[in-house]
Amino acid sequence: MARDLKQFLRLEVPPMPFCPGCGHKILLRLILTAIDELKINIDEMLFVSGIGCAGWIPSPHYDADTLHTLHGRAIAFATGAKMFNPKLQVLVISGDGDIADIGGNHLIHAARRNIDITVICANNMNYGMTGGQVCSTTPKGAFTRTTTKGNPYCPFDLLKLVDVAGATYVARYSVLQPLALKGSLKKALQIKGFSFIEVISPCPAQFGRLNQLDTPRDTLEFFKDKCIMKEDAKALSPEELKDKIITGEFSNERN
Amino acid sequence: MVSCYISGNEAIVEGAIAAGCRYYAGYPITPATEIMERISVRFAEIGGVFMQMEDEIASICSVIGASWAGAKAMTATSGPGFSLMQEGVGYAAMTETPIVIVDIQRAGPATGQSSRVGGGDIMQAKWGSQGDYQVIAISPWSVQEMYDQMISAFNLAERYRVPVILLSDEAVAHVRERMEVREKIVIFNRRKERRAAPFGAGDDGVPPMPAFGEGEKLLVTGSTHNDYGLRKTDDPQVQAKLTARLHNKIMNKRKEIIEYENYYIEDANVVVISYGFTARSSLFAVERLREEGKKVGMTRLKTIWPFADRLIRDIDSKVKKIFVPEMNMGQIAGEIMKYSCSDIISYSQTNGEIIHPNTLTEELRRLL
Repeated sequence: MARDLKQFLRLEVPPMPFCPGCGHKILLRLILTAIDELKINIDEMLFVSGIGCAGWIPSPHYDADTLHTLHGRAIAFATGAKMFNPKLQVLVISGDGDIADIGGNHLIHAARRNIDITVICANNMNYGMTGGQVCSTTPKGAFTRTTTKGNPYCPFDLLKLVDVAGATYVARYSVLQPLALKGSLKKALQIKGFSFIEVISPCPAQFGRLNQLDTPRDTLEFFKDKCIMKEDAKALSPEELKDKIITGEFSNERN
Repeated sequence: MVSCYISGNEAIVEGAIAAGCRYYAGYPITPATEIMERISVRFAEIGGVFMQMEDEIASICSVIGASWAGAKAMTATSGPGFSLMQEGVGYAAMTETPIVIVDIQRAGPATGQSSRVGGGDIMQAKWGSQGDYQVIAISPWSVQEMYDQMISAFNLAERYRVPVILLSDEAVAHVRERMEVREKIVIFNRRKERRAAPFGAGDDGVPPMPAFGEGEKLLVTGSTHNDYGLRKTDDPQVQAKLTARLHNKIMNKRKEIIEYENYYIEDANVVVISYGFTARSSLFAVERLREEGKKVGMTRLKTIWPFADRLIRDIDSKVKKIFVPEMNMGQIAGEIMKYSCSDIISYSQTNGEIIHPNTLTEELRRLL
């Protein structure tokens, strides 16, 4: 049932800056839906974000305590706030460039310490805000403004990275799997310890356009086909799985 | 009176705890490491939060996060770590976050001589991060002052909502001396006001500061923002007003912030302007020359930034020569030249050793 989430938004701030077809708006709503359904008091939450498109998901739109930090350092800021005031429920929301590239060291160390925060990495597979440059999560062969002949390097598997570093909970979903993603968000918010969700969030304006996905709809359909649940993946052959992104929970309640 | 015989780095910890510091994040670096070692033990005793972070960038960022969660928070480092922290210093200045950074200066540049003394971070402390911003930097010359100035550093940070840098050096950090534990100290805590604009200030330019979790629904950002923290990244008036206030809230209070000490300057023809450990050698030289009847005096800068421009103008009007010994290539001497028409004699020693009192005595004798 659709609920009125306006209570969680600063309605006086300028309209959201996201491009047509951007997945971040879906994520923005799903996070609030998860908080609403869990009946968490948003005044006891702290939203921390970095620099880039996804940094605009919580700040300035969420009507709660928000900390919009330096590029790459959201998790380090969040660590200080959480360690001094453990009562704060701390949610870090930022992009793949922010969390995995410039901030990758903070990501693995926070996971290693298993600090009781939730990190949501909105992965649009490129640097969207600066115009679409290659990122550590860009698929091999994909075109960007700085890989005009195709990305020569393999991307990070962020879930494996964070999992082996010591996180309690890691999961990956696409914004085009909204119900599963919402369930994962609710789980991550309730788990004690470091929880990490990589959210595949299509970027039609930059990544799509540079990769022959001419309209936002093309980009969304491309990622809808590309992302499959790990339960469904079992029925497919390795050949069929070659270009797929497997989604689901990949570790749970590590001790 | 309680007194103890401890090192400068240990005194920093005791001063910080006395001032109410309960969050420390840092990364090991010579010659500042003893600070984090001691504070990790002391916090376990008194209930503070200690974090050894993965680098100095994470250290200063977590300190800023803790400050917004309500902590009096600090970090300590030396040159290389201080360089890594600079983006965070600018963020703290822009978001008006009270934090204290201890920089135990060592001989640079780059890795330099990690366990030897230096004084080359004076300008970095003021201009290390991009854009126009103000910080407060203070310079202790003894173990006692490491303790006293740490209390001042937290008070200044809380009073003006600004990063404060304790700009010390390896010599003061590692010297062991008797230190008096103050029975009475004055503590200033950040001002709170429900529903007030956290970035909008009255006449004194310093807004009240709430903490996360108090229901104030704070917007904190390093981007240009209005009185309520809302990003205004294309509004010329908001940008101009914010940068002016960040500047003026410190510069208009120079008289309250700046501290110094004068020695024998009433009738002096030559004045030594000195700070930090070097001021100990300077005072020794001045007193020896006074015994010989020479008219020489000394001013010791306890505050480095904001710079004591009016004090320099005042000294400049009374003397002919100003002698500035430093463990760098004349960073403060250059600053003094901005406010003085006198003959400025810069004495630089950058060999990783303290400047010997006899060296300064001989240098001064030649000027008299």
